[in-house]
Amino acid sequence: MALSVDIRKKLGDFQLDVRFDAENEALALLGASGCGKSVTLRCIAGILTPDEGKIVLDGVTLFDSAAGIDLPPRKRQIGYLFQQYALFPHMTVRQNIAAGVRERARRESAAAQLLRRFRLEDVADLRPAQISGGQQQRTALARILASEPKAILLDEPFSALDSYLQHQVELELAETLEQFPGTVLWVSHDRGEVFRNCKRVCVLDGGCSQGTFTLRELFHEPKTEAAARLSGCKNYAEAIFDGDRITLPQLGLTLLCGKDIPKGARCVGIRANHIYPCEPTTVNAFPCTVTRVVQDVFTTIVLLRPEGAAPDAEPLRMELPREAWYAVPDKNCLTVAVQPRDILPLK
Amino acid sequence: MDWFPLYNSLRIAAISTVIVFFLGIFAAHSIARLPRAVKGVLDVVLTLPLVLPPTVVGWLLLTLLSPRRPFGAWVLETFGTRLVMTWWSAIFATVVVAFPLMYRTVRGAFESFDQTLADAGRTLGRSNAWVFWRVQMPVCKQGILAGTVLAFARALGEYGATSMIAGYTPGRTATISTTVYQLWRTNDDAGALKWVLVNLAISAVFLLAVNLLEAKKQKGGAR
Repeated sequence: MALSVDIRKKLGDFQLDVRFDAENEALALLGASGCGKSVTLRCIAGILTPDEGKIVLDGVTLFDSAAGIDLPPRKRQIGYLFQQYALFPHMTVRQNIAAGVRERARRESAAAQLLRRFRLEDVADLRPAQISGGQQQRTALARILASEPKAILLDEPFSALDSYLQHQVELELAETLEQFPGTVLWVSHDRGEVFRNCKRVCVLDGGCSQGTFTLRELFHEPKTEAAARLSGCKNYAEAIFDGDRITLPQLGLTLLCGKDIPKGARCVGIRANHIYPCEPTTVNAFPCTVTRVVQDVFTTIVLLRPEGAAPDAEPLRMELPREAWYAVPDKNCLTVAVQPRDILPLK
Repeated sequence: MDWFPLYNSLRIAAISTVIVFFLGIFAAHSIARLPRAVKGVLDVVLTLPLVLPPTVVGWLLLTLLSPRRPFGAWVLETFGTRLVMTWWSAIFATVVVAFPLMYRTVRGAFESFDQTLADAGRTLGRSNAWVFWRVQMPVCKQGILAGTVLAFARALGEYGATSMIAGYTPGRTATISTTVYQLWRTNDDAGALKWVLVNLAISAVFLLAVNLLEAKKQKGGAR
């Protein structure tokens, strides 16, 4: 039920191929910029028309290329929070919210109620350009709720805000969305934002959906390289699998893997914070030379070259607390290890 | 002093501005949605009167409307009306020459209009008509106002095509511009000067009014 999407669209060289099902939940669409997240939202809202496929919301077919159904945006009952909010610049906050109310008779009372709920009464008679970014977002959200949508689409909801404002606005937004009974699609390129606000994630890569995962599946057991990248994993290497022994020819390493190896696995991912300095006797220990050290805000990033690595191999990235790096005796050569359960076999 | 030319000029300019206002907005709105190739061709055709000499426009209009030509003759026969040499004949000329100014200015405003505003209106359940009249038009108000002012000014000052299609008949088809020419031609410099001053006064008042409107809007703090 809820929202079911299965669409394809060609835009120049770009091919969109997206399918997912969302319950009455907050589902994240996570992907790098330019991977088709916004195009997907536009297709669902009816602003763009897919070449083929089907979109169903709460049992109502919004789009079906086979049956020739293509409801116009105004009949889809889908609220769309645009990146820059798209508030009407010539209307006041009050008029903007009232513009979302469908029935004329209820317009004023509904707008007044939403102004109160979103604490916008003080700025009700100002225009969008005269209020803060957070107030603009609340206005846009109030205007969407005024139209009583069955689903809400959020397109990078914090891209128009300064980062120091984001935290507060994010809490408010999450609170509002928790009270919303329908489906919320949350488009983002920021894994932290997704982790904090959604329970399930649909991963998009190069215009194609890679399946829908729970947070646990995505962040602890990603199955594909695209999913692993989006979850923040930094190191990848081609791998040859032999039982629980994994050979990484590029890095000249053979390691033990404690995870089940999925069919079709062709490489492994290792998170930067899962590599740690250790004694040479530790499981999966290997000696490295240090090629570069970068100080980050709270951590130290160390680029490592395993001793048997090919000359053109990408260095391994290790990330550790500053004190831990401080405690390493030899900052040019050291032995590091990865726990077998921290090696991610990927498709 | 006979004030007929002032009255005639103003009514011609006013009527043609109203016509051009709607035609220009309609053309700009329709053409924005056409495929690029068709758009290019139509754009050239609609803008042509802006760069053609008024006499060429006049000649083309006469070719169409003169009672000695098929269309004009047909109208004369069917409705008993001559399309040329009446006071309202000048409206044909002023509409044609003023149209491109309105069309181009409004099209520019529409092209810079942020389409996500329209998308927002539609996803909120509003009709295309509502989006056009309540969002796109107010947001593009500046451009539409500018186009209207330019069109009115151009219509008021039209001489070449007007003199060819409406001629100069004192008290019937005379406008300010044709009167100034006629008075100058007949060495009535004093008379010509009077009309020149009248024309200057109208233009100055008109521009002043526009500037005041703009200033008031800025004080209102729209953006």
